[in-house]
Amino acid sequence: MKRVTLLRILVILGAIGLLEGLIHAGIVPRFTIIPPSEMASALAAILASGKLKVDIAVTLTNVAVAIVASMAAGVTIGTVLQRAAALRRILDPLFATYYAIPMYAFYPLLIVVFGLGDVPQICIGFLLAVMAVIINTLNGLDRVPRVLLKAARMHRMSALRTALRIRLPYAAPYIFTGFKLAVAYSFIGVIGAEFITSSRGIGYEISFAYNNFDNRLMYGLILFVLALVLTVNMSLHAWEKRLMMRRQR
Amino acid sequence: MSPVGGDAPVHVTLRGITRVYPAQAAQPPVHALGPIDLDLRQGEFFAVVGPSGCGKSTLLDVIAGLAVASAGDARFEGQAIDGSVPDGIGVVFQEDSSFPWLTVHDNIAFGLRELGRPADVVQAKVKYALDFMGLADFAQAYPAQLSGGMRQRVCIARTLVLEPRLILLDEPFGALDQQTRLLMGDELLRLWRETGATILLITHALDEATMLADRVGVMSARPGRFLEIVTTGWPRERDSTIVADPRFGGLTSRIWTLLRGESLRALGHTGVRR
Repeated sequence: MKRVTLLRILVILGAIGLLEGLIHAGIVPRFTIIPPSEMASALAAILASGKLKVDIAVTLTNVAVAIVASMAAGVTIGTVLQRAAALRRILDPLFATYYAIPMYAFYPLLIVVFGLGDVPQICIGFLLAVMAVIINTLNGLDRVPRVLLKAARMHRMSALRTALRIRLPYAAPYIFTGFKLAVAYSFIGVIGAEFITSSRGIGYEISFAYNNFDNRLMYGLILFVLALVLTVNMSLHAWEKRLMMRRQR
Repeated sequence: MSPVGGDAPVHVTLRGITRVYPAQAAQPPVHALGPIDLDLRQGEFFAVVGPSGCGKSTLLDVIAGLAVASAGDARFEGQAIDGSVPDGIGVVFQEDSSFPWLTVHDNIAFGLRELGRPADVVQAKVKYALDFMGLADFAQAYPAQLSGGMRQRVCIARTLVLEPRLILLDEPFGALDQQTRLLMGDELLRLWRETGATILLITHALDEATMLADRVGVMSARPGRFLEIVTTGWPRERDSTIVADPRFGGLTSRIWTLLRGESLRALGHTGVRR
């Protein structure tokens, strides 16, 4: 194991240990936060009981739908925009300010349009995620060296073949960065939306536990979300690093 | 003597090839090239040298079908080249054009797979090209793991497997150090002899042109025209040791004499006596 990895683990364990100590010593009151060891045992109990099986499945499904939809739409829109310079010039300032828009403000509208089901949550996740994919797809496609496009012409490839076999593969590491962000934004969007108006899902259960002063359930679920998002993102990060390693000159 | 004499059939014909870049906002049109007249004979090794910006690469692009001439007639094997890439022409570019997401093997197989060749044919041809270019040990490596010279070999191999009858090289060794360039020159000569292809090499290195080519076309500053075509008269069996031939220095200095004034002109000097 690398020294820096070891140090990183030590820092995290140290912080957890410190929190644990502060709570047990009574410096941090228990009704504010429960000790990390209790969060872990609460999470184990939640998972073992199976009573939140449906909520977890609903959240994960909605997140997955938001991720897949934002990836597919983002790459498609990015690819089309990269070839449509005029349209891109019109939209560019809107892209730059996109993340200034508080997506959750559209929640009432989404409920009016789509009803109280899963679609509004998925929409928020999608709206947050898709722009990251579009921007990174554009960034990758803009970097394709001219000489590779000349090579494509020498192979007498059609525009579609060139996109599929040259442009997109070249842009893949950049698009992957977009995917990584899309995963994070989808989790944020869906779980955040579940807090506001939803009758199921992890976000709803956290908010429900909070309103009922059920600290064990609340912190157990927060730990669950944290562990899940960190695991997913760290695996994607490792994969991204492998992809980039091949390219580094 | 060179076996490519005046009796070999004409492979590429250029008549009055001119390229003018149209006027752009506040800029007048730029006469970049020509008129160029040239006959390349089948199996000939022809080099083009000229000052920077004289339109050498534009000339190559016109022959490759990557650019359309503003005027004139370009033919490859008797067929007009009209802005689409003709079958049988391969190009090696100055910049690294290897595909960074593919292994060396898959880079070389790329064109054959695009043409839908059967897998066993692809395998056999790629293996031959890997061996020929000394890349067999690197078949599974990615371009990023290779040196500049090795990456350029990958690009040559990728062109070679398609068995082009005309190979156009646009300063392919420009980014390489001198020793690597000499060795790559040897490999290019070997490739040329074994494939029987016609080669047009664009280079800014006079010694490279003299060493490799049967004939060297010396171009003027922009708009590029042939000032003179120098015949080297080397035997077909030759390699980089030809630089020790007593005639080598004379040929190179002849080309430099032709080129010196033009290069100064390209740099913005005027009124230089030649």
